[in-house]
Amino acid sequence: MTTITVSVNGKAVTRDISDNTLLSDFLREDLRLTGTHVGCDTSQCGACVVHVDGTAVKSCTALAVSLDGANVTTVEGVSTGGDLHPMQRAFNDNHGLQCGFCTPGMIMAGIDIVNRYQAEGKTLTEDAIRAELEGNICRCTGYHNIVRSIEDAAAEMAGMSKAAE
Amino acid sequence: MSDGIGARVKRKEDKRFITGKGKYTDDIRTENQAYAAFVRCPVAHAKINGINADAALAMEGVIAIHTGPEMKEDGIGDMITGWAITSKDGSPMNCGVWNPMVTTYGRYVGDAIAIVVAETQAQARAAAEAVELDYEELPATVFTGDALNDGAAQVHENVPGNMIYDWEIGDEAKANAGLANAHHVTELEMVNNRLSPNPMEPRSAVAIYDEAEDHYTLYTTSQNPHVARLVLSAFYNVAPEHKLRVIAPDVGGGFGSKIYIYPEEITCLWASMKTGRSVKWTSDRTEAFLTDAHGRDHVTKATMGFDADGRIVAFKTDTIANIGAYVSLFATVTPTYLHGTLLSGCYDMPAIYGNVKAVHTNTAPVDAYRGAGRPEATYTIERMMETAAREMGMDPAELRRKNFINEFPYQTEVILQYDSGDYHKLLDMAQKEADVAGFEARKAEAASRGKLRGIGYSTFVEACGLAPSAAVGSLGSAVGLWESAEVRVNPVGTIEILTGSHSHGQSHQTTFAQLAADRFGVPIDNVQVIHGDTDKVQFGMGTYGSRSGPVGMSAIMKALDKVEAKAKKIAAHTLEASEDDLVIENGEVKVAGTDKKMAWHEIGLAAYIAHNLPEGMEPGLKETAFFDPVNFSFPSGALICEVEVDPDTGVTEIVKFTAVDDFGTIINPMVVEGQVHGGVTQGIGQAMLEGVVHDESGQLLTASYMDYAMPRADDVPSYTLDHNSTPSPLNPLGIKGCGEAGAIGSPPAVINAITDAIGNNDLDMPATPSKVWAALQAVKPAMAAE
Repeated sequence: MTTITVSVNGKAVTRDISDNTLLSDFLREDLRLTGTHVGCDTSQCGACVVHVDGTAVKSCTALAVSLDGANVTTVEGVSTGGDLHPMQRAFNDNHGLQCGFCTPGMIMAGIDIVNRYQAEGKTLTEDAIRAELEGNICRCTGYHNIVRSIEDAAAEMAGMSKAAE
Repeated sequence: MSDGIGARVKRKEDKRFITGKGKYTDDIRTENQAYAAFVRCPVAHAKINGINADAALAMEGVIAIHTGPEMKEDGIGDMITGWAITSKDGSPMNCGVWNPMVTTYGRYVGDAIAIVVAETQAQARAAAEAVELDYEELPATVFTGDALNDGAAQVHENVPGNMIYDWEIGDEAKANAGLANAHHVTELEMVNNRLSPNPMEPRSAVAIYDEAEDHYTLYTTSQNPHVARLVLSAFYNVAPEHKLRVIAPDVGGGFGSKIYIYPEEITCLWASMKTGRSVKWTSDRTEAFLTDAHGRDHVTKATMGFDADGRIVAFKTDTIANIGAYVSLFATVTPTYLHGTLLSGCYDMPAIYGNVKAVHTNTAPVDAYRGAGRPEATYTIERMMETAAREMGMDPAELRRKNFINEFPYQTEVILQYDSGDYHKLLDMAQKEADVAGFEARKAEAASRGKLRGIGYSTFVEACGLAPSAAVGSLGSAVGLWESAEVRVNPVGTIEILTGSHSHGQSHQTTFAQLAADRFGVPIDNVQVIHGDTDKVQFGMGTYGSRSGPVGMSAIMKALDKVEAKAKKIAAHTLEASEDDLVIENGEVKVAGTDKKMAWHEIGLAAYIAHNLPEGMEPGLKETAFFDPVNFSFPSGALICEVEVDPDTGVTEIVKFTAVDDFGTIINPMVVEGQVHGGVTQGIGQAMLEGVVHDESGQLLTASYMDYAMPRADDVPSYTLDHNSTPSPLNPLGIKGCGEAGAIGSPPAVINAITDAIGNNDLDMPATPSKVWAALQAVKPAMAAE
């Protein structure tokens, strides 16, 4: 057992965990944050994507003990003060989800994609979104409306970062 | 009415999913939670002599280990199939016995042998690994085409030659005569590749036995919790129905694979009773590949005859359908009444004959997967049409037009009577949307870049809205396929719709609510849809076969009719008016032409306060209805796929995909489009990427997402969709169903496009780059030699 302190969705938590605990299990079982899903166990499907220090990470392939001192954000932590994150809103506006199981990972990956492209000043084309989603599988939507959702959110997030400047 | 029928209402269910607050089965943790893992058969066929669990039982956290023979001793029943098929010689089908856990023989890799219950999931899985198996490996039959061969290993002693049934439909003599006199005959052999359904949420079960009440609760990933309860009670003897509550909470996709009641749910319920603990099992992805019912897996020889004018004179198919090691719940009906009955496609065929031989192999059970039988029929027909057109030098669209059914209702030669449709219009619209006129120019432009461009069609009809109960009963179904609904108007006027349909992505919470919003003019936020819990909803047959629209919503409409009738009686009494003069608008019941009216909530209140009801009327405003369809419904569509093939690598890109569908009445176009996007993508997956592969010993080679190619975002294009509705005359809304159409229609469109591009009709799914490249070389020997 090892004691770790991690900031999860802005709140510091300290837990004794066994060394083989995956981040996904730590979130789901120890913290009962069940929005992070496990769909494949092999880092392929992306349902478990969370942000660690602002970067998308597949939580089924990260050991929780390696994250002592890290900032972890899950899908439960992306809305602020009761307002949905633009990426969440865009998925609702564009019917970017059906069964909802892959959705937390899609939203977390989507935010990461937009943040990276905007930080680098690159244009996020449909082809780029599709290529960037290579690590996230959805079986319901055929991706059509997920692409629309990320395009929409990217536009709104660009507006937000401009407004913040 | 902004929230009514036909409106693109955003989904009510989304908020919990986009905020991570969905409640899936694996998210549930009860008090006293223990975890299960299964010891599984490591080879495709073996005699299991026993297990040695001593070391495993001594491991930390292990609570109990139980086996199949113990289950049998406790009276837990064998697995059942829901549909009896009669062979063409009149004999009943033969199928092997399926014990929920192995009693003597393991018959596929993954067959459950023992359950390990422990304090944590990790402990249960580790202990399952430590259980020693004493087994003798036996010869296995693995491949569909080998099962009927002389000397093929017997999967079950009581199923000679591995033949479950040898079934036929249509008129063989008539078809033979038609082919004998045909001007042109097209023949093809096709493999409909075996698929793994792969809902993103793995199967899961939480079984809770309450000893004090002698009562069981099962949370499970089910498309039909009431059927699960019925089967668990009546056949598996887990508990009587009134002592068993089944809850299917949020379910992360199903595509057919979550219709069935699997060994794991049964075993967890039983283990909960044995251990006195709540027992939870969640499949990992490899277990899902091993044990979730697979789909398709047909090998078909087809022959189609045409007259000199290009009209079909006869169609004949000969199919071997792989059912796997055991006959799963709807496995027998999929290759027969959901496949053979669709062999007429959307064409006027005067003679049809289909033969289907269903076989056991030492592989996982195969059952209905999105489309179930109809994709197999459509693939066969549409490959034949395109191939025949090329052989006869005709335009494939014109060959189809020449043979389209033009008048409805239309009685096919294979049982079904189609309700309505306009196949010409769908094809016209699709050709326009796909800009077929500009194809030659695009092809030339692609050629200038060294790419081969091809175009392929698929025009399909399918049967949805399972199904008229008496009719399916006469064909061998063990159950009726009606649906039930209850509409409760609360005293404050808010409305609850309880439905036997089950949403696992289909958006019922929104679409079903639109029906009540439309009917009574109330805000959609005042309507709640309740489903998936046998303690809340009286009964239901669940969601599969695109039945929630044509059957589930029809039941809701019937219940709404009854509520409306009673509401009008109350309003007429209160307002001292005639019921005939009442209209319902914007949440008010008004006396036409006057200012007399009651708000909807006032009627709800009046019904429950009951101070002033018409004489003899019972208080309350709550109605139940069952809807049993009089026929299937018949959605149809025209799909056009355009591809570019790189001749150097065989890599194929779908550059445009157009789908124009007829789903009858559409309640929420946004939701329906989403169903088509997903269905077409699964069809493209079948056509180009997906395939379950076993080695010769029966080991599964595609047991993870690193080996089984799922369609990803960059494998598919954005889609061009349109609709033309010819409402079904057979249900109150005119709905035909939309859930499976995309998966049914798209595979032949893709393959027809690729074969057009490469100039070789001999190509099987999945059309991987290596297969496309090889097919290209086969017709370009000079190029290959260079």
